[in-house]
Amino acid sequence: MAERGAPPQVHPVQRRVLHAMRAFFTPLLPDDYLELVNPLWSTRELRGRIERIDHETADAVTITIRPGYAWEGHRPGQYLRIGVVVDGVHHWRAYSLTSDPGRPDGFISVTPKLYDPGVVSPYLVKHAKPGMLVRLGGVEGAFTLPDPPPAKALFVSAGSGITPIMSMLRCLAREDALDDVVHLHSARTPGDVIFGERLRELDARHPGFRLHERHTASEGRMTPDELEELCPDWREREAFLCGPAEMLDALTKRWERDGDCDRLHLERFQPIIGGEGSEGEGGTIRFARSDVDAEAGAGQPILVAGEEAGLELPFGCRMGVCHTCIGRLCSGKLRDLRSGQVATPQEGEMVRTCIHAPEGAVTIEL
Amino acid sequence: MASMIESPLAHLSPEEIEAIGREFDAIHDEVFAELGDRDRRYIKSMIELQRRLAVLGRALLVVSRFPPACVAGTAALSMAKILENMEIGHNVLHGQWDWMNDPQIHSSTWDWDTASTAESWKHSHNYIHHTYTNIRGKDKDLGYEIMRIDPHQPWHPVYLLQPFYNVLLMALFEWGVAFHDLDLDAVRSGEKDKKQVLKELKGIWGKARRQIVKDYVAFPLLSGRRWKTTLLANATANVVRNVWAHAIIFCGHFPDQTYTFAQEEAADETKGAWYVRQLVGAANIDGGPLFHVISGNLGYQVEHHLFPDMPSTRYGEIAPRVRQICERYGLPYNSGPLGRQWGSVHRTIARLAFPGGEPRPKPGPYRGDEVRGEGELAPAAVASNGASSGNGATGRSNHEVRPSAAS
Ligand SMILES: Cc1cc2nc3c(=O)[nH]c(=O)nc-3n(C[C@H](O)[C@H](O)[C@H](O)COP(=O)(O)OP(=O)(O)OC[C@H]3O[C@@H](n4cnc5c(N)ncnc54)[C@H](O)[C@@H]3O)c2cc1C
Ligand code: FES
Repeated sequence: MAERGAPPQVHPVQRRVLHAMRAFFTPLLPDDYLELVNPLWSTRELRGRIERIDHETADAVTITIRPGYAWEGHRPGQYLRIGVVVDGVHHWRAYSLTSDPGRPDGFISVTPKLYDPGVVSPYLVKHAKPGMLVRLGGVEGAFTLPDPPPAKALFVSAGSGITPIMSMLRCLAREDALDDVVHLHSARTPGDVIFGERLRELDARHPGFRLHERHTASEGRMTPDELEELCPDWREREAFLCGPAEMLDALTKRWERDGDCDRLHLERFQPIIGGEGSEGEGGTIRFARSDVDAEAGAGQPILVAGEEAGLELPFGCRMGVCHTCIGRLCSGKLRDLRSGQVATPQEGEMVRTCIHAPEGAVTIEL
Repeated sequence: MASMIESPLAHLSPEEIEAIGREFDAIHDEVFAELGDRDRRYIKSMIELQRRLAVLGRALLVVSRFPPACVAGTAALSMAKILENMEIGHNVLHGQWDWMNDPQIHSSTWDWDTASTAESWKHSHNYIHHTYTNIRGKDKDLGYEIMRIDPHQPWHPVYLLQPFYNVLLMALFEWGVAFHDLDLDAVRSGEKDKKQVLKELKGIWGKARRQIVKDYVAFPLLSGRRWKTTLLANATANVVRNVWAHAIIFCGHFPDQTYTFAQEEAADETKGAWYVRQLVGAANIDGGPLFHVISGNLGYQVEHHLFPDMPSTRYGEIAPRVRQICERYGLPYNSGPLGRQWGSVHRTIARLAFPGGEPRPKPGPYRGDEVRGEGELAPAAVASNGASSGNGATGRSNHEVRPSAAS
């Protein structure tokens, strides 16, 4: 099964009525017909309609979405998986929620930044229009503001890494809790600062909020050693970091050296996949549902490796024709044994185990 | 039993077979690289059209008192059921639309309005039939274990009745298919355990119950005093769909043109040889665009068997390239109008009810396209045997049997 949206918060009475009407629609559901009238009415998965698109910088937009059913809420800093159809294919990506959970109209927003060679961000930044439909997955993420908020906080962000922090700042501002917050943010130029105007406004209005902008095109990148100078009491602060991998890695080392790692919170937009030496053929396959790990040798299909590990996996033709063997890939890189091509399928994509071999560690839901 | 007729494979060198495999692979890869918005729009609007037709048909039957409206309602519902089974259900369950990664239009989540569960259908059809196509003793769709459709199958007196029960099968096709999926032969031979059968029976019962409740209880009840009309209309729609599906599916593999294979012939076959077997084991039905949609594009049975997981709308587009390959390698491209294909299938069913029989004469290699009336390109070289009853004739084991009228 391909990934779908989160189950929406449908009123129990509505659920019961729809359930009672199922006899008229089998093998489909009343949903399948309601969707023809309004796709937001699906009770199987939460969908949303794009209400507005606001340009933040030359290559980042804020997309405001009206969820089909009441928004279940989120904690500031959390992210959402969003499903969009690009050239006929459903793709899912995570985006930090940039809206304040307490928004009175119940809308939510995300702020994608263009990554030109990518698939989803170009679609969202350049082609999305108000009125379009998106699928809304579950809200996830542990990169959140504690409740109650920390007395002293430090935010360090760069580029699109501002997004989860913006949601936190909005929440703190609404609760009037911006008492002692330092924010170090890097972007190429002043015009490249996503939410630049709002950040500067917060800085001007709240004496307890101190914004330090770093414009890397003219001033170069911030180094961990500069921390001492920009925020001398960083060790005493609850720290929230979000940005490129190199920045996060460098700062983490600093905290490990003489900071308090318990008070350090990170969000990575590109989670680290695969172990060392991932060019080597074969790899370890984790069969998540069966709770079994198997080693696949060079060019060995996932199916065969699983069978050798004693699993009974579904299969048919064993040549890529019948799709009997499909399983949902949770993570990892695969080699198509027919073409020899190596690719990282979408998270949650259904893959044929008979014609794919792992390249490095993979996890499959079988 | 050894084959009474030599398959076109016998005339190809291993290098040629390998080259054919590469050519078909290339068509597959090219189409899959190109799939996109256009294809998604097609299947989405087909599904939408089908649902609107179903609503229209049901509504006309429930609210209308006017007899022509009831006829229109029955027609709309029949058409909705045909589209649901053929162009949508069959093809989605093949995984033809899995590339969209759509959580609903996906072979792992789809269910269709027939007595077969999606699960057992995918096994018996997608796997058994599409992998072992036309291999005698392995492809259980060759005669569906109840009919003698190929002269190599041993005769049994029960087959004397097959022309009669075939008519019954037409009307009740979905039920026939569901029980066929159970594969009772495999249970008898011990290949399949009883627990599995019980599970599948339960599945069929669940689907049957829901379909019966919907078509013969729920909607008639909703129609109040005119429940009888609705019940009759629903039954008619189911039968119309069954007869149509039976016709299209029987014309896919059982017309005279197709070859069957002994198990030895298909043992250790390469991908190229697999393609050739699919190519000559299936037969197309000529027709216009509307015909192809309501037959689920199974009028392109040949292309479907070459590429079962390719979106059906692409079959018509690749057909000219498939014909070109046939022409270059001296292979037949089986096709014919519905009437002729259907006629030849039913003649075989009648003839093989009796003992004996021989494979029907086959078309020779495909000789290039000739332009047809509708602008559709159709094969020039197809056997047309006129009045001669070839089943009894001898000396036709050469695969290059040319139609007597044309040579
Ligand atoms: C928890 C979480 C929160 C996120 N929040 C946001 C957000 O608020 N705003 C936002 O813009 N993005 C966010 N992302 C990133 C987002 O999910 C996508 O990865 C990003 O938009 C690129 O998607 P794409 O489809 O355009 O590129 P893809 O088609 O996925 O890109 C192809 C390849 O490029 C790599 N890649 C992707 N982005 C980059 C990059 N910037 N630099 C180098 N390599 C890259 C990918 O790993 C992938 O292998 C978040 C990611 C995570 C995990
Ligand atoms: S077993 Fe048929 S596609 Fe994998």
